[in-house]
Amino acid sequence: MAEAVVLLDVWVSPFGQRCRIALAEKGVAYEYKEEDLSNKSPMLLQANPVHKKIPVLIHDGKPVCESLVIVQYIDEVWSDGAPILPADPYARAQARFWGDFVDKKIYECGTRLWKLKGEALQEAKKEFIEILKVLEAELGDRKYFGGDAFGYVDIALVPFFAWFYTYETCGGFSVEAEAPKLVAWGKRCMERESVSQTLYDPLKVYEFVGFLKKKYGVE
Amino acid sequence: MAEAEQVKVLRFWASPWSFRVELALKLKGVPHEKVEEDLANKSPLLLASNPIHKKIPVLLHNGKAIPESLIILEYIDETWTDNPILPKAPHERGMARFWSRFIDDKCVGACWMSCWTEGETQQMFMEQARACLRILDDELGGRRFFGGESIGLVDISASFFALWLGVLQEVAGISLINGEEFPNLCRWIEGFVASDVVTECLPPRDKLLAVFQSKKQAILATKSMVY
Repeated sequence: MAEAVVLLDVWVSPFGQRCRIALAEKGVAYEYKEEDLSNKSPMLLQANPVHKKIPVLIHDGKPVCESLVIVQYIDEVWSDGAPILPADPYARAQARFWGDFVDKKIYECGTRLWKLKGEALQEAKKEFIEILKVLEAELGDRKYFGGDAFGYVDIALVPFFAWFYTYETCGGFSVEAEAPKLVAWGKRCMERESVSQTLYDPLKVYEFVGFLKKKYGVE
Repeated sequence: MAEAEQVKVLRFWASPWSFRVELALKLKGVPHEKVEEDLANKSPLLLASNPIHKKIPVLLHNGKAIPESLIILEYIDETWTDNPILPKAPHERGMARFWSRFIDDKCVGACWMSCWTEGETQQMFMEQARACLRILDDELGGRRFFGGESIGLVDISASFFALWLGVLQEVAGISLINGEEFPNLCRWIEGFVASDVVTECLPPRDKLLAVFQSKKQAILATKSMVY
């Protein structure tokens, strides 16, 4: 039943998008509930009392929190769909490592690119380019981070593909110049319906960040 | 006859993160070699095994390198399937992963920074640390372990609180973990450190105390968790 699966989310969240892509890849019907983060619903506060954050997946009344925990949950519950994590324990460990790397690095450093100015911005730019190069080297000439199959690391990273325009414009660099394979990978991912139906136009993301900048008083 | 397995842990005796890995291997009865690292002078093997983060612990299994303690714990559970560390049901697995990440992302950092800051900053960190400990105390409730009747992923992740937090707060001269505010956690600590497997793996408290005392000035300067 579609009502048995509910996703509490915010349209632009790359973390929420990971869950949406995973659910779409598995063909799981679910109810999407848009949250207003300035006025969090009682359902969200009850489902994630520790962090009070989206995304939260509620399945048969039971909440699962933290986007990559949710993605693994989706993979384990809807196990007859195409696997998100590989079967081999070592390959799984590698996938988790890179998912963790994306989690620790991209959002935090990317946020500094639009929030900061001057020397702090230059520092963030340097770090971000380094992160891109590490990911580019890890991807190599493979179709996806998962190899031939779209998987966990691809899902962890691809929502940020729509943020590259914002990051490079605020940071004053070109993602394609620094990491051409990564951009090609992003475009390949966008050929998948689960991704193209989930990601927003990069200009829309840029517009949203513009609104955030005003809110935080960033020039 | 099965091929001889080669299991090594690149570790530092005083690290709560390499303790996690060793405890998991011990719980599973997996024979392994401990390779002590000098963190001020990291071995070529460590740098080659974990080129991205250059940190311990790293598990080397028949030449394959797995870094990051929580990732290593899942690998161990999936490779040696006796005495499972993670629950079977997906929702419970999700909760175990959630709590382990909560410990790593929020709790440990707040406790650590409480020890090495002062004034208003310290007050802020101590409030954060107490809030985290309260949440963990509530979550544990009356259960023997976070994993139920046996030590599981969350217990292993929480081992920092079983020994290291007590040592750190002594060195720093503060009080965070106490039986009045956190009765469930303190009961858990007693049970955890009393268990045979844990006792075999834990570093000696007096040695740990001595190393943190000796490094106190250096840690106060950098607040870095690499000591």
